[in-house]
Amino acid sequence: MPEAIMVLGGILVLFLDQGLVKSWPLRKRSVAVSILAAIISVLAIVWIAAQAQDVNWLNGTYVLSPMTAIVKQFVIVLTVFTLLIAPADKFTKHLGEYYSLLLFGTVGLMAMVSTEDLLVAFIGLETASLTLYLLTAFNKHNITSAEAALKYFLFGSASAAFTLFGISLIFGLAGSTNFNAIALVLRSDTLDPLLLLAIVMTVIGFGFKIAAVPMHLWAPDAYQGAPIPSAALIASGSKLASFFLFAKFFIYGLPHQVGSAAWKATASGWMPALAILALASVGFGNLVAISQSNLRRLLAYSAIAHGGYALLGIMAFNGRGFAAIVYYMFTYGLAVVGIFGVIGLVESKHGMIKLEDFAGLSRRSPLIAGFLMIFVLSLAGIPPLAGFFGKFYVFLAALQSSATKPAGLLWLVIAAVAGSAVSLYYYLQILKQTYVVDAEETGERLSVAWPQTAVLGVLAAAVIVFGCFPDLILNPLESAANHRTAPSRDPGSQITAAFPK
Amino acid sequence: MLHWTIYICFAGAFLMMCLPGTRVSLVRFLALLTSALALVVALMGVTKIQPGSATTLVKADWIPSLGISYYLAADGISATLVILTGIAAVAGVLFSWNVEKRPNQFFAFYFLLLGGVFGVFLSFDLFLLFVFYEIAIIPKYFLISIWGSTNKEYGAMKLALYSFVGSGMVLVGLLATVALSGTTSFDLFTLASAKFSVESQRWLFPLVFVGFGILAGLWPFHTWAPTGHVAAPTAVSMMLAGVVMKLGAYGALRVAMVLFPQGLKAWQHVFAGLALIAIIYAAAVALTQNDFKFVIGYSSVSHMGFVLLGLMSLTALGLTGAVVQMFSHGIIAGLLFAVVGRMVYDRAHSRELSFLQGSGLGKALPFAAITFLLAALASMGFPGFSGFIAEVSILLGTWRTLPVYAITAGIGILIGVAFMLRALQRTFYSDVPAVETHELLNPITLPEKLGALLLLSSTILIGIYPKLLFDLVGPAFQQPLFHSIAATS
Repeated sequence: MPEAIMVLGGILVLFLDQGLVKSWPLRKRSVAVSILAAIISVLAIVWIAAQAQDVNWLNGTYVLSPMTAIVKQFVIVLTVFTLLIAPADKFTKHLGEYYSLLLFGTVGLMAMVSTEDLLVAFIGLETASLTLYLLTAFNKHNITSAEAALKYFLFGSASAAFTLFGISLIFGLAGSTNFNAIALVLRSDTLDPLLLLAIVMTVIGFGFKIAAVPMHLWAPDAYQGAPIPSAALIASGSKLASFFLFAKFFIYGLPHQVGSAAWKATASGWMPALAILALASVGFGNLVAISQSNLRRLLAYSAIAHGGYALLGIMAFNGRGFAAIVYYMFTYGLAVVGIFGVIGLVESKHGMIKLEDFAGLSRRSPLIAGFLMIFVLSLAGIPPLAGFFGKFYVFLAALQSSATKPAGLLWLVIAAVAGSAVSLYYYLQILKQTYVVDAEETGERLSVAWPQTAVLGVLAAAVIVFGCFPDLILNPLESAANHRTAPSRDPGSQITAAFPK
Repeated sequence: MLHWTIYICFAGAFLMMCLPGTRVSLVRFLALLTSALALVVALMGVTKIQPGSATTLVKADWIPSLGISYYLAADGISATLVILTGIAAVAGVLFSWNVEKRPNQFFAFYFLLLGGVFGVFLSFDLFLLFVFYEIAIIPKYFLISIWGSTNKEYGAMKLALYSFVGSGMVLVGLLATVALSGTTSFDLFTLASAKFSVESQRWLFPLVFVGFGILAGLWPFHTWAPTGHVAAPTAVSMMLAGVVMKLGAYGALRVAMVLFPQGLKAWQHVFAGLALIAIIYAAAVALTQNDFKFVIGYSSVSHMGFVLLGLMSLTALGLTGAVVQMFSHGIIAGLLFAVVGRMVYDRAHSRELSFLQGSGLGKALPFAAITFLLAALASMGFPGFSGFIAEVSILLGTWRTLPVYAITAGIGILIGVAFMLRALQRTFYSDVPAVETHELLNPITLPEKLGALLLLSSTILIGIYPKLLFDLVGPAFQQPLFHSIAATS
């Protein structure tokens, strides 16, 4: 099992660091351990590809389907990149612990993806979250790291309480924690007030993980205080896995309670709740990002906005929506990891940075500046980069939603596009500093080790290639999205009827 | 063959990025070579297409699951605008011969912009058209904010945001169109034959039309244009006013008007009115400007108003006139900005008409004086230049369906004469004795003369022998695609 590989690999990394390479110089140790962790992760990716893809173990506890295989592989790919973008010796001496924690966190994310049971989903969520709290706190030289972790932890624990409360209410109403079984039992269209409460609680709990407004308060501090690889993982892999779980739960588990958020045709259910979340996230995230002077906080607020856009994919309520969310979050993750890599390089010269510290980057290191331009423009949604196609696809899926008449969600798409237009302003501010403003001192070249340039180059190339040829990811995603693993208990045809094409 | 222009430009952009910024002559000559090659390919490619139908250049599946194909084709309208872009591209490079700061990045962004523009004119798949449309936005921001002049950062950001909002509106319209069409295909012909209910067309048409119209300088969304043009360096102003504004008009014609004919008829008078206001209002504002470049910037908005009026006339003659005006104004605006920016501002370091009045520019720069005289005549719509035949066609076409508008637009022409003469007189032909005798203003260089000659000869050629363009554009409007909007006259 790939999860077993990652866990054993994490332990191996720990032993290696404490044993074999303990006497090496810190930088060399960090590079060696991170490469070992990356190799283990790649092994896990290969294993997933070779695994059987139609398994449902223990009534939804561990489910393998083409879709979960793809998503897990994407999550691990993002982890590999977070391992490689910045050496950990810059902020800590406990390298083995750090890298093994990264691997263990990824296991939590994989568990979230690969399950159709609420309790196991919660376990996966908590495993991932607890690991991420620790990873955020790892920089002991910087007090903002500890502050960020504490805020993240307190907030996350409160949200976990909400999630658990919602889960127990649903269990009470449905008598099972398996998504398909829940859908079978909660078949009626009339919305029980208790069920409504359960839905709200669960939305709050899941919403924390994707940093949707109003559960977003932890994000700016976590992005600002966490060391680079941790922040990158929070921003990429964690988001992808959380969105996938979120979508799976609502679409597989509560298909009859979807309601509608179409213009002048609203009906109660979870779709209007998500619509409000999406609207608030897009509006708040974009507007507050405008005034940020610290790039990390700007990225956090923009992440809130991107979460809003992706929520539209869930509201599509069909296979295309699934494919859209996964494509969007994966390519978003690639670009964000790349940006954190560049931030790491600039921070190593200046410490905690403001936007102005990027001034003249195009002179000091044209290649890195070029990569930054590609990542930022992808986030802004400029074709032919992947970020544009992601947004396009999500909006198209939302307008072709199976839960509303055609273009019923047009109002929400208009709001999202407007938010996207606003976002161009602050993304251009980053590029303005990089390209337009001349640095005062005649720029000393920013020397970057070639392996780091190579990693960033691969990320940039991926963003361009997946944008120009989205079919590379889209074809496997679309065919996987329409495949549902048969539940181990046979409920008959009602499940497939509940899941529209 | 026409589509090779796109590839040449993108390859040129990549080549420019790889060159070092210090080898300035090498960069300039390679840029000139690239743009000349694009022009030659454009002219040769035109001979290979049928003006009266859309000749397919490339058609390949791109994203089959969404019905998106890589579909490049050209009819007479596309070909006309591609030639315009080619001419403007060469002229722009010639007038940028004096760019000293980071010329490799300058021309890289320049060719990136050009590639996007060529792509829009040749795309017949709406997703592809939108991709090229958006590719053209970002290079403009960098070109203006790095190499621009007055208020460059504000102008650049305003232009970028307005363009992005416009393209956002187009995106929403495009997505709604596909979602409502019942099919999943982005092919223009497929969507054109899909039936949209009249209620949907009533909001889809203005959404998409205004989205494109923002880039075309539709009043009252035109305010980015004067600011942006003034802030931009010369070649970029030439590109912006000459070609990029035509992107918006082309998109409005090719997408909004073709897909939603009933919506168009419902909104015809509204947009014709806005076009009319643009013609007169912008011309009146130009009459009061003290900054020479602002005069030209506002005159661009006014001339684009003519284009939009011609589009709204819904007659074959008016529509043909609109496309010919797109070509004509593209050349003339390029000429005007070249004189203002490159010939005058780079030497006198001022654009204030009151200052230039006493500078004796007419004596010091006779070539610039003659060029501006000819350009001003062309802009006023003097017979013998392309502007005359274009504006006459538009007015004749509009007279058939919207006679009052045609008369009022004629008044706009008069105001146009007024502000042009004012600017001409103050800069080159003033009687005010020279207060500051300018020590040796640099003489007009060879690249500038070549650029001016290229543009002048284009506008005079079409002015004398308009059949060249009318034979390209006229048959295009007989296509089935335009049946519902071009009343045969």
